[in-house]
Amino acid sequence: MRETKFWTWHILAGAVVLVLLGLHMIVMHMGSIVGLLNPAGGEPIAWANVLARSRMVGLVAVYILLLGAALYHGLYGLRTILLEMGPGAALQKAINVLFWIGGLSLFVIGTLAAIVAAR
Amino acid sequence: MQEAGSGTKEIEVFLRRYDPERDAKPRWQRYVLMAEHGMTVLDGLHKIKETQDATLAFRYSCRMGVCGSCAMLINGKPALACNTQISQVADRKLTVAPLPNFDTIKDLVPDLSAMFRKHVSVQPYLKRDDASEVEKPTGEFLQAPEEVVRYAQFTYCIKCGACFAACPTVASDPEYLGPMPLCQAHRYNSDSRDGGFHSRKLVVGASHGVYRCHYAGECSNVCPKGVDPARALQLLKRDLVLDYLRLKKRRAPAAVAGPPPTAQRLPNVPAAPPYTV
Repeated sequence: MRETKFWTWHILAGAVVLVLLGLHMIVMHMGSIVGLLNPAGGEPIAWANVLARSRMVGLVAVYILLLGAALYHGLYGLRTILLEMGPGAALQKAINVLFWIGGLSLFVIGTLAAIVAAR
Repeated sequence: MQEAGSGTKEIEVFLRRYDPERDAKPRWQRYVLMAEHGMTVLDGLHKIKETQDATLAFRYSCRMGVCGSCAMLINGKPALACNTQISQVADRKLTVAPLPNFDTIKDLVPDLSAMFRKHVSVQPYLKRDDASEVEKPTGEFLQAPEEVVRYAQFTYCIKCGACFAACPTVASDPEYLGPMPLCQAHRYNSDSRDGGFHSRKLVVGASHGVYRCHYAGECSNVCPKGVDPARALQLLKRDLVLDYLRLKKRRAPAAVAGPPPTAQRLPNVPAAPPYTV
């Protein structure tokens, strides 16, 4: 049942990535058309717009969620590829542990960066 | 190449030969065959064995696409030798090899035992709490026609191994359960008479189970009986996920229906013979 749990969350994370990455794309690449979340006007990557977005609590939460979903979805896919190469039981366990530690570390670093930038 | 009359054609046949007691590795051997109109690959192999090389080994039984014994790699595609006419797949050159993704016993005979061990592991039979009813039935399990439709196509599987041979995941992960066993797990899970979903999910949901299927779909493409194992695997995944999310409808296995209370035995109908086992 552990694989069912992992796979279900992999699918749900994929759906979250699809929606939130779509939002990111709209904000960053269609700014001149939709003007969404660009309070200072002009280019979405203008310093004033970046600063303003980094202080929007909701948007910070969205990016932290996107980070978690993308990390989980991507690392699960990479783990699947590695496990299908037929490693032994000990190596499989090492891959699992390494991916959990690596994924959680990257998530903590990214979350801290987003929170610090919001101050 | 020689063209004879009445649809007979001379073709080159390349057969993969391997005798583990003599050969270090498999090799190709060339034969020339007069392929008659309507001749199947199995007929051609018989003709070669009878007239050119009696040492050739291949497996077959029913000769009519029912038993699944003669699945081979014919011109690069897994197919039943008895169900494939030479004229359909070869103009001048025919290659026949044993099914890939299996060990080879000899020449064109694959060792299917690994596949059948996985098949057994998914408990491919009706599992019910009332075991006594299964062993010594007092009636029949009620099942509506629309409940039969849910699993009917998956019962056509003849366990020939063609899907295994075509599956890219089986090629890379020898522990993967594979299309046929997983398809059969879904066949029984979706049978309204069955109650074995929760014991099967421990096997099919394990690390080399159904989630290793990446939906290449080749299993369905090569199935000689028109079964769609790829669909069965996706439905199996859906059932497992819904069960994990507690959204799967729970149902009890079909009830037992005894004989109608008003039914009477017709006169002059002899009694059933006693059990022999």
